[in-house]
Formats: sequence, C-alpha cells, structure tokens
Amino acid sequence: MDHLPTLVAEARQAIQAADSMPALDELRVRYLGKKGEITALLKGLGKLPAKERPAAGERINQAKQALAEELEARRQSLSRAALEARLAAERIDVTLPGRGQPSGGLHPVTLTLERIEGLFTRIGYDVAVGPEIEDDYHNFEALNIPAHHPARGMADTFYFDATRLLRTHTSPVQVRTMKEQAPPIRIVCPGRVYRSDSDLTHTPMFHQVEGLLVDEDVSFADLKGTIEDFLHAFFERADLSVRFRPSYFPFTEPSAEVDIQCVMCSGEGCRVCSHSGWLEVMGCGMVHPEVFRHSGIDAERYTGFAFGMGAERLAMLRYGVNDLRLFFDNDLRFLRQFA
Amino acid sequence: MKFSEQWLRDWVSPQLGAQALADQITMAGLEVDAVEPVAAAFQGVVVAEVLEKCQHPDADKLSVCRVEDGSGEPVQVVCGAPNVAAGQKVAFARVGAVLPGDFKIKKAKLRGQESRGMICSASELGLEEETSHGILELPAAAPVGEDFRAWMGLDDHTIEVDLTPNRGDCLSLKGLAREVGVLNRLGVEGPEIAPVAATHEEAFPVRVEAPAQCPRYIGRLIKDVDVTAATPLWMVERLRRSGVRAIDPVVDVTNYVMLELGQPLHAFDRANLHEAVVVRLARDGERLVLLDGQEIALRGDTLVIADERGPLAIAGVMGGEHSGVSPQTRDIFLESAFFTQLAVAGQARTYGLHTDASHRFERGVDPQLTREAVERATALLLSITGGEPGPLVEAASEAHLPEPRRVTLRAARLEQALSKALPAEEVTDILQRLGMRVSAEAEAWQAQVPSWRFDIAIEEDLIEEVARIHGYNRLPVRRPAARLALRPDHEARTPLSRLRRQLVARGYQEAVTYSFVAPELQQALLPDAVSPRLANPISSDLSVMRASLFPGLVRALEHNLNRQQNRVRLFETGLIFRGDLDDLQQIPMLGGLVCGSREPEGWSGDKRPVDFFDLKGDLESLIAMGGEPEAWRFEPGEHPALHPGQSARVLYRSEQVGWIGALHPGVRASLGLKAEALLFEVRQDALLRGRLPAFTPLSRYPEVRRDLAFLVDEQQPVQALLDCVHAQAGQWLEALRLFDVYQGKGVPEGHKSVALGLTWQHPSRTLNDEEINQLVDAIVAESRQHLGAELRG
Repeated sequence: MDHLPTLVAEARQAIQAADSMPALDELRVRYLGKKGEITALLKGLGKLPAKERPAAGERINQAKQALAEELEARRQSLSRAALEARLAAERIDVTLPGRGQPSGGLHPVTLTLERIEGLFTRIGYDVAVGPEIEDDYHNFEALNIPAHHPARGMADTFYFDATRLLRTHTSPVQVRTMKEQAPPIRIVCPGRVYRSDSDLTHTPMFHQVEGLLVDEDVSFADLKGTIEDFLHAFFERADLSVRFRPSYFPFTEPSAEVDIQCVMCSGEGCRVCSHSGWLEVMGCGMVHPEVFRHSGIDAERYTGFAFGMGAERLAMLRYGVNDLRLFFDNDLRFLRQFA
Repeated sequence: MKFSEQWLRDWVSPQLGAQALADQITMAGLEVDAVEPVAAAFQGVVVAEVLEKCQHPDADKLSVCRVEDGSGEPVQVVCGAPNVAAGQKVAFARVGAVLPGDFKIKKAKLRGQESRGMICSASELGLEEETSHGILELPAAAPVGEDFRAWMGLDDHTIEVDLTPNRGDCLSLKGLAREVGVLNRLGVEGPEIAPVAATHEEAFPVRVEAPAQCPRYIGRLIKDVDVTAATPLWMVERLRRSGVRAIDPVVDVTNYVMLELGQPLHAFDRANLHEAVVVRLARDGERLVLLDGQEIALRGDTLVIADERGPLAIAGVMGGEHSGVSPQTRDIFLESAFFTQLAVAGQARTYGLHTDASHRFERGVDPQLTREAVERATALLLSITGGEPGPLVEAASEAHLPEPRRVTLRAARLEQALSKALPAEEVTDILQRLGMRVSAEAEAWQAQVPSWRFDIAIEEDLIEEVARIHGYNRLPVRRPAARLALRPDHEARTPLSRLRRQLVARGYQEAVTYSFVAPELQQALLPDAVSPRLANPISSDLSVMRASLFPGLVRALEHNLNRQQNRVRLFETGLIFRGDLDDLQQIPMLGGLVCGSREPEGWSGDKRPVDFFDLKGDLESLIAMGGEPEAWRFEPGEHPALHPGQSARVLYRSEQVGWIGALHPGVRASLGLKAEALLFEVRQDALLRGRLPAFTPLSRYPEVRRDLAFLVDEQQPVQALLDCVHAQAGQWLEALRLFDVYQGKGVPEGHKSVALGLTWQHPSRTLNDEEINQLVDAIVAESRQHLGAELRG
C-alpha cells in the first residue's frame, strides 16, 4: 500500500512517455487491466484490517481514476497527432488541373442558328427543314422566278442537270411548308445553301435562316415589329437602330433590305460598315401573291411575311470574326474559341 | 449603273448635297454603292493658250513654250510632252498650283531654262487612270484664264447605283431623274429633242419578220459622216464619269444616248448591208462573228438583225464584227428598236455574253422611247461627224406593242397591308408623280401604268410603290398577334441539339464541312458510292456531293494535323447524298472522328491513343439518350474505308444505320495521313428516336448474384455469348455485366475467358438457390451446345 504514490508517479511518467496507441494500451493493461498493478492492489484490500479498508480503497480508486483520465487524455492527444500527421501527409497541390475529358464546343454557325431558332420558337414558330438538292420548281418557279428572269442572275446556281440544283436559298422550304400546311403558319427554316461564288467574302456554301408567317391580317407593320424585335434580341441591344430599305425579291412584295446601325462602331463609320454606319443584315417582305398561288393559299384571305438572313454574317458580327472562310476550315484553334 | 451627279442635276436638282442625294436614292430602293469625286483634288489650274513653242536649246525632248494664262503677262514654261503645239488650248498649272498627290508647282529651271508652271496631262490631273502620252488638249473655244476645274465642272461626283432587276426603268439619267423628281416633288426637264429633218430621201428597207419579239424597229440612213472626228470633251467627260470609255463618235453617241435615255442603239456600216435589214429568228447553226471577235453558232430561238445574206447582230445583245462601223465608214444605218424582254431574256447568258444593251432589254426598255432616242442620237452625231440624215424608216406592229396596263388599288387593301390609312390625296399624288394616270373611284384608285414601268402589274406592286415613296421607315410597327395554342411535343424523341451537346461534353468540337467534296477523296474512302456530281462546280475539289460524312471529316483532320493539332475530336451533322438524281436519298447523318491521345496532354492524363472502344463508348452514350440501348447492335463488318478487323455495322432495330471503325491503314497511307484515326457515322433518324421512360416498381427482396467465367474461342464475338446467356437467364434477370475478358496464362491458346456477372431479383419474393441453379445450368448447357463455351473451373 505504501508504494501507491510511487506506483502512480511511475505510471504517469510512462503514460506521458507512450508514443503510440499500442504502447498506451500496454500501459492500460499493465496498470488497470484485470491483472494490472492497480487492480492487484484493489484485490489485496481483503488482506487489510476491516477498518483500514474503506480509506485504502478510496485512495486506490482515486489513483485508478486519475490514471484512467491520464490514459484517455494521452489517447486523445496521440489520436489528434496521428490525424494531423495523416492530413499533412495527404496534402496535395490543388492548383494542378483537373483530370478527364475537357469538353469541346459547338460550331459558331450552330450557336447562331440555335440562337435564332430559340428566339423564334419561344414565341410560337416551328422549325422546318427541306432538301438541299432541290428542283427548279421549288427553288425558282414557285417563288415567282420564272426561267430567264433577270433575278436568276442574282444567285449563281450550282446545277446537276437542267432542272436539279443545289438550293440557292432556304426559301423552297416556305413553298413546301405552305403546300402541306394550312395557315396560320409560323416557321423558321435554318439550313445550308449554295451559290457558285468563292472569294474573300463569299463561300460556295453558307447557312441561312428563313422565316415565314402567314395568317389573316398580317401587315408590313407586323414584319417591321418582328424584325426589329429579333435584331434587338439577337444582338442584345434594345437601342440598336434598324432601318428598312425598299428592295426587290421576286417572292415578296413589298420587299425590303434591313440595315442595322453598325455594331462594330455604333454607327460612327468603320471598315466593317464601309464607313456608312450601317450594316445590311437581312432581306424581307410580304409574301408575293404569286407564291401563295403556287402554294394553294388564298391570297385575298391570307397575307404573310417572310425574311431571310445569313448565319455566317450574323455570327461574324456577333463574335467579331473577320474572315468568312474560317467557318469551313474547321481549324481547332478557331473552333475552340466558341466553346 | 454609274452616273454623274451634275448630269443628273441638268434634269432635276434638289437642294441636297451629293451624299444626301445618294442616301435619299438608297432609301427609295435604288441602292447607292459608292459616291466618288470625278477628279482628285487640285487647285490653281487654268485654261491657257500656248502662244509659242521653241526647241529647248540643251534638251532634245523638251520644248520651251510661251503660255498665255489670262494673267496678262505670258509666262515661259518648259514642257516635255511631244504633242504640245502653238495655238493649243491647255490646262495650265500656275506657280503655286497644287496637283493631285499634293504636288506643288514651283518656279523651276530645267536644263537652264526658266519654267513658271506646268502644262498638264489628263493623268496628272487625275482624270485618267493610266499615264497619258501627252498633254490634255482643250477645245479651241475654251476660255483662257478660266479656272480649269470650274470650267470642266470637276466638282462633281460619280454615283454608282446597284439597281435591282425590277428597276430597268432607272438604267438611264432620264429614269433616275424621274425618280429623284418623285422623291423631291420636283419637275424634271431633259434636253430638248426635236425631229431631225431629212436632207435626202434614201430609206434603207427594213422588214420585221418577228413582230412578237420586235414590235417596233426604227432605222435611219445617215450619209457622209466623218467617223474620224473627235468626240467633244464634254461628252467624253460625261461618258468617263459614267464609267464608259470614249471610242469613236458613233459608239460614243450611241452610248451617250443609252445612258441619257435608256435606249440601246446600234449603228451599222451601210456599205456592208445587203438589200434590206431583216429582223427575224436565227436559223439553227447560222454563224456570226461578234464585235468582240468570237464566232458563235446561233440557235433558232435567238432574235437576230440580218440582211438578205445572213445575220448581222444578235438583237439587243451585240453587233457583228463584219457590219460594224470602222474609221473607213462613210454612211451609217442607225438602229433604234423595241425588243421585248422575252426576246432578249437569257439570250446573252446562253452565249456567255452580258452587254449594256442586253442588261437593259432583259429588264425592259420603254417602247415609247424608240423614236425619241434615234432623233437624239442623230442630232448629236451630226453635230460631231457632220453628214446627211435620211428619213426615219419605221416598222411597227401595234398589235404586239405592250398594252398600257391598268391596276386597281383598293383603299382597304392598302390600309390592311400597311396598318395605316394614308390620306387619299397623298396616295393619288404618289401614283401620279410616278407617271401613272390615276382615276380615283369610291374606295379605290385606277392607275394606268406608264410604259417604262415593266414591274407594275398587280395591286401589291402599287402598294409597294406607295409604301416606298411614303417611306418604309415612316410606316407603323406592331407585333403579330397569334393564338396561344400548344403544339405537340414528342418527349421520346431526342432533339439533335442534345446529341450535339452530349458529344461536346465528351470533348468533341463541331465541324462544318462542305457538302461537296473532291471525287478522288470520296473514291478513296467509298469506292462504290454513287452520288450526284455538279455540272458547274466551282473547282474539281468541290464537285461531287458527299455520300458520307467521312470525306469532310478526314479532310478536316488533315487540315489540323498539318497545323500541329495532333489530338482531334470532331463531329458533324448534315445531309449525305446517296444514289443518282432520279433515285436520290438525302439522309441526315451524325458522324465523328477521333485521333490522338485519349486525353489531352497533361500531368496525370491517359497518354494511350484512342481506340475503337473509346469511340464506341462515345457513340453508346448517344444511343443511351434514346432510352433503348437494347435496340442497337454492333456487328463485325467490312467497309472500304475502315480496318476490316476493327469496324462494325451499327444496327438499330435490325436495320443498318451506320458504321464505326478505325480508318483503314491502306487508305490512310494512300491519303498520306500520318496519324491513326477512328470514325463513325449514324443516321440521325435512328439516334433521334427513343422510348419514353416506363417505371418498374422497386423490389424489396434481395438480389442474387452469380459470376460465371466462360472459355470461348477467341474469334467468337462476345455478343453471341451475351445473347445466349440472356435468352436462358429467365425473366427475373436484373443485370448482365461483362466484367472481364482475359487471354494469357491459364487460358488455352486460341481461347479467351469471358467473365459475366448475373444479377436476379424477383419483384415480390425471395428467389431460392434451386431456381437460380436451374437457370445457371441452362445457361451453361446452352452456351456449350451453341458456342462451344466451357465454364471455367
């Protein structure tokens, strides 16, 4: 009994010195285990005279509890240290790039076409498509461009034979839709078109979006409103000036070219707008009665408007691309800029 | 068409500057492409007279001139031009003058002789592009001392207007002036044109055999003209400012009148006309040597001007070389005719020609202009070349001349079309100013269309005219009203935009390649493909329609490899063209190409090159979007562009819809491609179809899993084993997973080990071992019997 203080002091020293969980556990067993030294003292209480037992028991129990607390504290400290060591060991360089397949991107023409489609489909237009190898009838005749019409010289047409050709515009889709569907009709027709022209500002293939709305009491004012809204929305510029210039397309009447205030120089005049402050961006007009006649629509009852625009041109203005031919080179260094 | 601003102002002169005038015309639908000064900036140049010319004492090629410039004191000038001569009127740059290019004229000494000024050539004044060979000679009447610029009217602009094909009536000063008059509410006044009295009675006979094509033909014989006379400077200048080079007085006058009035004219050398001028259709195969020297064989639908010996000219297109006017010509026969649009339309193009005359006749020349033009041309010509005019010979067929058209414009229709009620007086005024005879009726206008407006035939034409003159930008703006009707939406369909985005998420860039490709490339990749060939390709590289997306993708790969872009992942969507024209399919496809490492170069990346299964995984991710992957199959197949051991047909619901595989090494070598690549293409319609999700209740009972490893022949496609297992595994099979394919130690030569994990689950009870064992036994037995597959121990 007399050596209890010494025993406790020894045990404390050993616990503080323990540097691992197994060592600590060994100490617990040595002192507090079933056969441990403190346990042995408790077991030896019976040998003491009865009146000494309570006081001795209390002293031993106090020593036992103190050591138990000591062990727990040490255990926590070791565990904390172990966790810290592990965390330190697991440190990584979080500035290294992430792993896996980086995403690619859509072609700027697709971005533009989808944007245009989106603007119109959200207000109730459908998307319509048609064949690219067309016949003379749908590409010209039904659009009021008979053989030898000077307007045929306006588009240099790729032919396969006397009557089959690559469509020069997306307008044939108008005709096909009107033949199949009764008004009201609201469609946009995106797609590839072809003209036999190749230089700095022309490629033999490009993309157009055609729009058509046919209903009762559609007027030139509706056309103006639609085009203005579209251009404001497309360029995200509510203050963009838009003007309508009389022009000529055989399949619309009245016809107009649409100019916007130059988006590069805000109308101040620059190389892109040839210092005019204006950019021609699309053509439009009221559907010509002859086109309605070819499509079997009553031109007295229904009126409508149509418009058409070049996707590359709009993409160039919107993204600042300065060379049309880049659209078809498919150079990854170009394409990646539109991801 | 190019024209001079000042020339226009002779007809009508609104209070607008050149640019404002151009803007006004543009906004009326006659788009101005350019407004350019007719001469470069210069100052201090006056009209002067060369009084005396002496040889320079010390220089062979120089002369010393005394020049009277109106300042009172003649000045001495050294001049190097060979054509300088005493008595000439010249353009003289005084000391202190500034010529184009900021060239300042100073006092100088040339080889010891004082020179105070410079006698100018046309090019030194910026009036001519090329370097002239001598000084500009002015007419004798030029007033000495006058400012040259003012006297020549050089503060003028050339305005170039790009006319739409409907506005042939504006292909002349007269027509443009008419339009400007309408826009500015001004009167328009042209030169006075009076009939020229004949001074002899000889009339060369004219016979029109094709009155439908040529309802009016007027000719006049003018004798004793001097074709070598010089065209006056004012006319040369006006032609120059209209982009036309002066040639000889006869050509210049006909061009001048065409520009002024819009009527193309032609002059023949009388000496080469035999018996009569005949207007008729050509006989097939008749030959004609044109003015430009080319000999053509005529077609029977071509209207010609002939004499009794044969064709002399293609009517309204181009004259013949043989009958043209030359410096030796004494007597000319001047033609002014009305050929109908249909008679000329398309003719020029079919012979590879395009002339100012055909351009006008195709668009319509005013039939009332024929006589006026010939009188104007006669008068101008006589004033230059002299000569004796004969009487006009006219052959006209009233029955074939266009009837004046009457068009009704209803007030209600006009208001509906524009969403605006314009005052009746304004509408009447616009129509009248456009040259229409208008009678206002109740709620409508009756308009008689002027003879020069070929483009006005229906009510909409009048609506457009009213809207145009009133001003498009003054018309109201509104938004279309429509019923908010929902439209069908097919949820099971996968929109193409989602497929595109899926590939983008898997690292692909979208490509857009031309729909026409080089036949050699297509031949190399698809030797058996039949697709339409363009009759008029822009180059042979772009001459045959693509029968597959492969050629375009391979070309794009090549482009990138040549630019050190070695890791390429591209896809494209678009039509391919299969079959010949009469049996043509235009099929929307989606295709892709991969090349290079699986992942981009990086610190941890997978540096292995992409292989078949990477690409197949990408395609399967698209297939998965449709929700019915079990409807798709990949079967070994051979495609000429693909590696025979690494290519598959892609089947959807048992129908072949595409291909996938590695680019054939032989094809790769023949195309000179340095890197290996893999490709796929699949019909869009298959990828877009799909199935609506259909819910199955979740079982609350435990799954049972068994793993089976089979030994099969290494040539045996795994798909067959999977199919066999699937067929025997019963209806409660939840999943069949292929978790290992192994060849090597422990597996007999020529075999492979295929490890499958099967999971069963019953919706309403626990499956017992016995029933699973039965299924496994059936699987093993069936696999052994049909595929020779042995269960590995």
